[in-house]
This record gives sequence, C-alpha cells and structure tokens, in this order.
Amino acid sequence: MLTAHVMYGLSGCLLVALGLRTTLLHASLLRRVLAINVMGAGVFMMLIAVAYRGLGVPPDPVPHALVLTGIVVAVSATALALALARRLHAEHDNG
Amino acid sequence: MNALMLLVFDGLLLLGIVSLAWASLASSDDRNSVILFMAFGLVLAVAWGRLMAADVALAEAAIGAGLSGALLLAAVRKRPAQMAAGRANNSHNPDRTGVNMLLQWSVTLLCAALAGTLAWALLDAFSSTPHETLPQAISANLEASGVSNPVTAVLLNFRAYDTLLELAVLLTAVLGILAMGRATAVYQPAGPIFDGLVRWLVPVLILTAGYLLWVGAHAPGGAFQAGATLAAAGVVLHLAGHPRIGLPAGFALRILMAAGVAVFLAVGLSLLVMGRPFLGYPPAWAGALILIIESAAMLAIAATLVLAFVGAFPRSTATRAASRQVREEEAR
Repeated sequence: MLTAHVMYGLSGCLLVALGLRTTLLHASLLRRVLAINVMGAGVFMMLIAVAYRGLGVPPDPVPHALVLTGIVVAVSATALALALARRLHAEHDNG
Repeated sequence: MNALMLLVFDGLLLLGIVSLAWASLASSDDRNSVILFMAFGLVLAVAWGRLMAADVALAEAAIGAGLSGALLLAAVRKRPAQMAAGRANNSHNPDRTGVNMLLQWSVTLLCAALAGTLAWALLDAFSSTPHETLPQAISANLEASGVSNPVTAVLLNFRAYDTLLELAVLLTAVLGILAMGRATAVYQPAGPIFDGLVRWLVPVLILTAGYLLWVGAHAPGGAFQAGATLAAAGVVLHLAGHPRIGLPAGFALRILMAAGVAVFLAVGLSLLVMGRPFLGYPPAWAGALILIIESAAMLAIAATLVLAFVGAFPRSTATRAASRQVREEEAR
C-alpha cells in the first residue's frame, strides 16, 4: 500500500544511495561534501517517516529530536570539512 | 483534505526533492550545485512540515538550507582555482577508460543494492505494528519535564546527555576550524541599500531568535533554531563588512563559545552534588533550568556557527597588528 510514510521512507533510501554514489565517484571535494549532506538528508527522511503517525496525529518525538541533533552535527561537520578542504588547496597551491 | 489530493502533493514534493538532489549532485558547475542544494534544503523543510515535524522544519530551513548554503557559497567564492580544477576533471570524464567505466557501474550497482536493502528493512519495520512504549513514556512524563513541547522535553530533559555531547561536537568542530586558522576574505563595507537592509534585518533576526528560544518550551522552536537565527544575523553583518560581527573580543569570546557546554555541565554537576542523578532535574525547577541551559546554548551555538562561517577569530586592529608582527618574524 502506498501510504505517506512508505513513500517518504523509500525516497529517503533513494537519497542515501544517490549521495553515496556521488561521494564515491566525484572528484571535487566540495561536491563530495554536498553528497554526504544529501546522504544525511536521506537518513533524516527515513527517521521522520518512521515517526509519522498520520495527519493531525501527534508523531513520535524521539526521532525528531535525533534529526534535530543530526542537522546541527551535519552543519558542524560540513564547516570543518570545508575548512580542511580550503587548507588542503592552500597547501597544494603553495607547494 | 482529500486523500487523493494529498497523495498527489506527496508525489510532487518527493519528485521535486529527489530531482533537486540529483540536479545538485550532477551539475557541472560548483556554484549551480550549491544553489540547487539550498533549494533542496528548503523543499525538504516543506516535507518536514508535511510530516508533522515542525521543529525539524524550522531547523532545516535555518541551518540545513540557510547556514550550510552560506558556508558552501562562501567556499565556492573563495576557491575559483578549485572550481576550475573540478571542471577540468569533468572534461576528462567522457574519454574514460573501460576500467573506469566498470568502476562507475559497480559503484552504482552497489549503491542500488544498498538502497534496496534499506528499503527492505524499512518496509519490514513498517509492516509490523510500532511499539509505542517510548512515545507513551514521553507523554506520561511530559508534566514532570518542565516543558510541554515533547521534542524540547526529549532534547533538554529525557536525553539531555545527548544534547550536551552535541554541543561538545559543535565546539570541537569550531576549534578545529580555528586551529587551521586562515583569516578569510573580509567583505567590503556594504553600499547604502544593503546597509539599510542590514539595519532592519539584524534587529528582526535577534528578536526572532529570542522568540524561538522562549516559544520552544511549549511549541516548535528552541535553542538550536534560535541559535541558527542569531548566527544568521552575524553572517549578514559579516557580509556587510562589519569587522567585529557583533561578537565580543578576546577572552569574552572564548567564554561565549564554551558557554553552552559549560552551563550544561555546571547544572549537571550541581545536581550531582545535591544527590540527584547527572542532569536529573527536580520537576519543580526543570522549566527554569531548561531555560537557563537553552539561553546559554543559543548564545554559544550562534557564536560558534558565525565563527565557523568566518573561519577565524574576527580581526580587530589589535590582532591584525599582531598577525602582521608574526608574519614579519616568519619572514625573518
């Protein structure tokens, strides 16, 4: 049956696969950081789909709290990865 | 709402999300890719709203699309050389060898297999009736948590330890960024129109942050959304060429960065001294303690995210003179 949480959950799986493929295959570091973020979005979508109980029904708050934590950790990791990439390119240009 | 209309809406929304992700990852230009990624984040926020996850939608719009987008755009701006390198790599792709082709296909197949396995596990989980013990335990104990928004109750009370460690992760990441310290390009002072906008925008952002912090106790909102909104004010000030970005100087800034973890730990350890479990708030004080922790966390998150965007401590005249001195010594 094609219910909302199944649709969103399966799209989450698709986003994870899409992100992983680009992370493994793309040469540009920036694109890899983006791809890892897309993978994260896929995982978040699966968690939110699991928490969904129907329109107007209170959802499970635990996966929501996990995803909120995940979003903040993802932005910190993204910032650190970009700083590392910048340093790497600076070293490369100098050497 | 009509069930069919909702199904069509879900279908279109998901089609939009997956296509934006695909377009962002497949685009040949890094800048286009980042802009598509920001659009992806915003449409994702709509999906979280659709799935009754308003807290997550707010955080996604402010952090996932907003701040990540700003970080990535700044990264593209700073590295025109790298962009060129990326393009050179892309132009190599058409005449790939057979081995390369084989690699691409096997990676694609493995990723498809992963998606299939995940889908199988997910469908298996959906087919069994969910054990509602955890949501039930939360709604039964919500009275004693000090707040009435269940997501805030989980983040700041039931699973407060996770949030403490999350703040520590944020602090560690920014320390890593500052340790690699390359002061990034300072933006030119804003023109009259942008400057006028900044004068209106920054107070509104600060007010919105305060509102989100306060409302988080009983409705969607909280320290993370508020901190990200406050950080957006800092990013706007940085883009408008304000050198100090509204941050304090020197030691006060270091204290501000550590404030979230420090206040959280101080509350947890004081409770331990008083004979309660670590971060086990007495129900009578829980609301006040959560507000204190969230206020400190909001300020720390905002300072940390702005510093992560700038990439180094903001330059005042004193530190610029110091760095010039260091550079002269290195040259000698």
